Amino acid sequence: MNDISDAFAAAFAMVAGFDKDLAEIVGLSLEVSLSAVFIAAVIGLPLGAATALFRFPGRKVIIVLLNAFMGLPPVVVGLIVYLLLSRAGPFGVLGLLFTPTAMIIAQVILVTPIIASLTRQVIEDLWREYEEQMRSLGAGPVRSLTALLWDARFSLLTAILAGFGRASAEVGAVMIVGGNIDHATRVMTTAIALEVSRGDLALALGLGLILLVLSTCVNGAAFLIRDAAQKRHA
Amino acid sequence: MDPRADILPLVLDDVSFEINGMRLIKDLSCTFEAGPRTAIIGPNGAGKSLFLRLCHGLLTPSAGTIRWAGPDGADPVAAQAMVFQRPIMLRRSVAANVDFALKLRNHGKPDRTAIIDEVLGRCGLRRLKDNPARVLSFGEQQKLALARAWALKPQVLFLDEPTASLDPAATHAVEEIVQAIHHEGTRIIMTTHDLGQARRLADEIIFLHRGRMLEHAPTETFFTEPKNDLAQAFVKGELLWWKLGKDNRRAGGYEVDKAPRRRN
Ligand SMILES: Nc1ncnc2c1ncn2[C@@H]1O[C@H](COP(=O)(O)OP(=O)(O)OP(=O)(O)O)[C@@H](O)[C@H]1O
Ligand SMILES: [Mg+2]
Repeated sequence: MNDISDAFAAAFAMVAGFDKDLAEIVGLSLEVSLSAVFIAAVIGLPLGAATALFRFPGRKVIIVLLNAFMGLPPVVVGLIVYLLLSRAGPFGVLGLLFTPTAMIIAQVILVTPIIASLTRQVIEDLWREYEEQMRSLGAGPVRSLTALLWDARFSLLTAILAGFGRASAEVGAVMIVGGNIDHATRVMTTAIALEVSRGDLALALGLGLILLVLSTCVNGAAFLIRDAAQKRHA
Repeated sequence: MDPRADILPLVLDDVSFEINGMRLIKDLSCTFEAGPRTAIIGPNGAGKSLFLRLCHGLLTPSAGTIRWAGPDGADPVAAQAMVFQRPIMLRRSVAANVDFALKLRNHGKPDRTAIIDEVLGRCGLRRLKDNPARVLSFGEQQKLALARAWALKPQVLFLDEPTASLDPAATHAVEEIVQAIHHEGTRIIMTTHDLGQARRLADEIIFLHRGRMLEHAPTETFFTEPKNDLAQAFVKGELLWWKLGKDNRRAGGYEVDKAPRRRN
């Protein structure tokens, strides 16, 4: 019992005092997850919108795959990226294994299907409503697509935040491809796993609290944005 | 494209349209020349909205042809506009809804600002210009859809029940706008359930019933001496579906109980 309250006290002290190690870990976590989400959005938004709008060969296959990949187990993704990037693998020469770049690659693979699938659903619904008007006005595919992405921006932001939630919370993939190396590839989730196994509950708890606050803020923001958008645009 | 492109006349030749084997428009032939205003009337489900969509090019006929026979007829999209029965509003401000349409026709910025101000002013929406379009009342949305179509200065304007949910004052205002658009040289092809409106606004009437064009006549002739019995019954406000349901006879051989008169 004492252990736990001591750990809490130490954790609060660390968070309040901006402990240097703690800040470094939090910083790297944000860097990795934000980069991954940014890249996933750049790929996922147009991909999702295109599958919603256009009929092309292989479209159904892409839709099914994207839906299935929404729930990819992070450890499996980690393993695959590991095999690809390991010295013997096809991209071994790049020397990316156990770097933040490897972690970003793994998270992009995890997050892109989420953003693309949610985008497709949102854009498909909106297109059903807009299609006749767009065709009547003579809007071509590109103009229609950009108009849809813009008009759906609030819903799409929640899709992106959902992707960020997944990226910042997962531990399996970054652990395998990053290796949890101190001052190099250690992020919040891997640090928590490590510190708990080492018995340093204070650092683990401090990180856990930050992660919790972060994910609560992200979800809160998603809710508020949606709510405001719904009030404004019915 | 020049907004004054000349795409008329519009020629429909033996047009049919079907969905899942149901023939919803049947063997329809007619020609729309530049000039007169046309009102399409007929009971609910007659096919009026489908007819407008076919003419506007949103639907492709299952049989027969629809073509713009004018000199610019090969590229007709930019010379037309349509106001739908249920207005479709982009999730943007009122002004941005009009702006979007104008951008698609490659109008420059100063040009767009002036046109937006003019059409919103004339449709009574100027004070709402920064409001989100989707929270407007239904009637206001209908006026915005009209303003957006008007801004494009089309040669042909399709209007699907433009005053269906407007109050009397707004109906009057919209009718004046339609007249103004007509005087600017735009060809009006509209549907309406308001026979008074058809009389006021249209030069010719097309009567549709169950996907068939049963009468196409100048307004005056149509209302004073409709040739078709069903058109006659419709003008007198009789319940066509009820009568047809009762003895289920085909339109051609149908007789009105009260005033039997054969179609010829
Ligand atoms: N996509 C569709 N699938 C099946 N049936 C359809 C479809 N669209 C229209 N219809 C049918 O075609 C008929 C004509 O429809 P349309 O909307 O043109 O009627 P309308 O004359 O405009 O009626 P209203 O006065 O109620 O607007 C209706 O019976 C309708 O149920
Ligand atoms: Mg209709």
